[in-house]
Amino acid sequence: MLTKLKGGKVYDPANQVNGEVHDLFVRDGRIAAAPAHGERVDREYDVSGRIVMAGAIDLHTHIGGGKVNIARNLLPEDHRSDLVARTPLTRSGCGHAAPSTLTTGYRYAEMGYTACFEPAMLPVNARQAHMEMGDTPIVDKGGYALLGSDDFLLRMLAAKSDQKSINDYVAWTLSSSHCIGIKVVNPGGISAFKFNQRKLDVDEEHVYYHVTPRQIIKVLAQALSDLGVTHPLHVHGCNLGVPGNVETTLETIRVAEGLPMHLTHIQFHSYGTEGDRKFSSAAAQVAEAINQNKNISADVGQIMFGQTVTASGDSMAQHRNAPLGHPKKWVVMDIECDAGCGVVPFRYRDKNFVNALQWAIGLEIFLMVSDPWRICLTTDHPNGAPFTSYPHLIKLLMDKTYRNSVLATINPDAAAMSMLASLEREYSLYEIAIMTRAAPAKILGLDERGHLGLGAAADITVYSEASDREKMFVKPDYVFKDGELVAQNGRVIKITWGNTHVVKPEYDKRIEKQLKSYFERYQTMRMDNFKISDEEMQEFGHGNKLLSHACRKK
Amino acid sequence: MTQLLSPGVWDEVPCPFCGLACDDLRVASQSGKLQVIANGCLISSRAFAESSSSKSTAPRIAGKTVLREDATAAVADILGKAKQPLIAGLGTDVAGMRALLQIADRIGAIVDHMNSVYFMSNILTLQDSGWIITTLSELKNRVDLLVIAGSDVTSRFPRFFERYVWNQDALFGGNSREVVYFGRGLDTRAGTAPDGRKPTVIDCDITRIGEIAGALRCLIAGRHLQARQIAEVPLAELQGLATRMLNARYGVLAWAAADFHFKHAELTVQSLCELVKDLNRSTRFSGLPLGGNEGDMTANQVCTWQSGFPMRTSFGSGSPSYDPRHFSADRMLRENEADALLWVSSFNEKNTPPETSAPVAVLGRSGMSFSKEPHVYIPVATPGVDHSGHVYRTDNVVALPLRKLRESALPSVAQVADEIEKALQLS
Repeated sequence: MLTKLKGGKVYDPANQVNGEVHDLFVRDGRIAAAPAHGERVDREYDVSGRIVMAGAIDLHTHIGGGKVNIARNLLPEDHRSDLVARTPLTRSGCGHAAPSTLTTGYRYAEMGYTACFEPAMLPVNARQAHMEMGDTPIVDKGGYALLGSDDFLLRMLAAKSDQKSINDYVAWTLSSSHCIGIKVVNPGGISAFKFNQRKLDVDEEHVYYHVTPRQIIKVLAQALSDLGVTHPLHVHGCNLGVPGNVETTLETIRVAEGLPMHLTHIQFHSYGTEGDRKFSSAAAQVAEAINQNKNISADVGQIMFGQTVTASGDSMAQHRNAPLGHPKKWVVMDIECDAGCGVVPFRYRDKNFVNALQWAIGLEIFLMVSDPWRICLTTDHPNGAPFTSYPHLIKLLMDKTYRNSVLATINPDAAAMSMLASLEREYSLYEIAIMTRAAPAKILGLDERGHLGLGAAADITVYSEASDREKMFVKPDYVFKDGELVAQNGRVIKITWGNTHVVKPEYDKRIEKQLKSYFERYQTMRMDNFKISDEEMQEFGHGNKLLSHACRKK
Repeated sequence: MTQLLSPGVWDEVPCPFCGLACDDLRVASQSGKLQVIANGCLISSRAFAESSSSKSTAPRIAGKTVLREDATAAVADILGKAKQPLIAGLGTDVAGMRALLQIADRIGAIVDHMNSVYFMSNILTLQDSGWIITTLSELKNRVDLLVIAGSDVTSRFPRFFERYVWNQDALFGGNSREVVYFGRGLDTRAGTAPDGRKPTVIDCDITRIGEIAGALRCLIAGRHLQARQIAEVPLAELQGLATRMLNARYGVLAWAAADFHFKHAELTVQSLCELVKDLNRSTRFSGLPLGGNEGDMTANQVCTWQSGFPMRTSFGSGSPSYDPRHFSADRMLRENEADALLWVSSFNEKNTPPETSAPVAVLGRSGMSFSKEPHVYIPVATPGVDHSGHVYRTDNVVALPLRKLRESALPSVAQVADEIEKALQLS
């Protein structure tokens, strides 16, 4: 099967293609060379005048696993505002803040996204996350296994285990939970909260293990570097949401000591304490630190005004923030000597000083980080806002006039404290293609995604250009997934199930001897039942493919 | 994964027959007969042994043996004609639930689980005010004060104390654990520590546990109570308990909604959960809702991720509609509001469908016997015995991988449901 997309304006930053008009050919799910003269094209789409990009990639979106399902369960009233009816092709479900798995897949695809990564997969709950993502159609999936508050690692650190043993444990965790990266959330803090510690800064000691977040971040970042895992340590730092946490964030960047590190939802970690209300933007300092430290990448975690729900592994922060939630109901869980979670609904209001400033801080970071290859477009779905708000966010980034018109409507004290009005930058389509496609693919090590070069997977999105960028990005004309047309004019037309991206670094299998005994003595399931098999992954994913990415040991 | 230890002996077998889902069982299998030979309990020993493969595998229509193809076509016919079909019981694994929801969505059915009359108390509490809860491994390694509200625990969860309270190994000590029960007439023997320390029993009517929780909330907040007794419990006793709770380093408050046999039990559950939240102002304390029997957690989890809503959801309007009172299967059958019932119970042959005048189709564990023969009966395999699969444990976090332990001619619920769905597509 040979498909031709004729005459589109192509934005493919990984191959330095910036709006040039050229044809694209797709053969057997891959971008192919132009056929030999006389070869028949099976299907041609005339996309002249339209914008062609690779399918978009969301590298930080809470789409599956225990806390997401708790969020769904918690908010029937929110679902009722966005019920999704069955069609002859698609299943029923719900949307808005905590959409059902099926709706999640349809809506991502309809918006031109072709891959989504669940950023906080508790190894003990990885089965559930994979089952939910298995029921998320069309898009590719992947997850980051959460380490850093698990008692096994903390015991290793307290016992001063060598880096090599830690590497084996990290690799074993990636393999047994079928993940593509490692996430650390409030390093050590989720465990510390179980010991009634309510705060843990970079150099504070965990009361029981006497280990600091600095040590945890360092050994995990080192492990991933040693194992050759492309995606660097995905860091949700200490002190999320705390005014003044900019110092923690800058210190966390220093902890990396040049090793690659990805700082997630950086907006929630860029707060100062200036002004009458002791809450201010520290976006400039954080952006400057990112600009200076080429080993650092980040995603923003932009907030948008309206109702949403926050679902996080950070039980310590979520318990602290619960009184600020709306509506007043929330869940905090301690989980299996592995981690924890907290689910707190939030309604961000544009007339509220703090919320308005949070909104401005996110945008300031977007506009002040100079290198779009190191900053990804996220709302930390659904924590800052549901992913369906991305087109609106793109408009805010691409259209200064529009941005300033919204700025004029938010809490005036917040607007006055923000430098947003003075930021002239408008993102170009090329830069948007970087931060939503090329950069996440590069940061994750997806060699065949996020670009349109020869041999790439044919995940392609075609838009009609419009000066209203929100309108343009909300409903692409065509979305191809692995070469198949799956959505047209913003409606799903074919159901596929996507692939799952994993890494399987090599490790010394002797680590299992230690783990087996640990599981028997302290856990409530056996190690061999904890490990997820390839057959199970197939069953969860409707027979989808497991794509294992190479590790590049230095 | 479960392994074959020697020919005919499986090791590390997960047990799907109660919400603890212990996975350390050793099961011997000989010509289709199974026997738990290590780490069994009253529930698992019976449930594995009763799963004799010699029982009839033949589907029936109106009591007469038929081919499976005809049986699934008959179920599709009943469901396809119904205006308000009900898919209930829902004792099945993840794959079975996925397949049944596919049918429910297609025909606009209402889904409800046989245990939801109880666990709805938990869901209503969650949806109204939330909670702070914990899981079994945290209990096993951390608890220093275990308070149990209104349940003996062991009759539903036989190995609870053995595995999670009086365990020899714990990461953070565990030799001096204390147990407190609220309730009257409970068998509290399992709450006696290995060193002979007896549990504290706060003797009260189970329907008044909510009052006790309310009083404890006042006392831990340092408020003065004028009453001299609450729910017939002397205030001094409660004051003592409040102090112990505040002094606990990691307390756990457990309840089994299935033991709250009274109206509006959700208000009791809510009082307990609010008490736990209050305790966390100064120390760490967690709730532990006990359930998970008959696949109830599994049914809720899958339904929630696929539709956004838990049990008692209708797909009748084309999109999901959740109503925790209106869409109760028991209520709908009682009021003759359902005109077809598909009843599923693959873990337990004793869970037969409720009385109803509507046409009934049953996907039941083989060996099910009926006081009134259903229109269609398709004997199905048992997950974790006849086929692999997944069930959720009581804490809703861990999904255990179940293993096929013997050859069986019986189809799984997922298989039969897929066949019914195909038949529905043709009709």
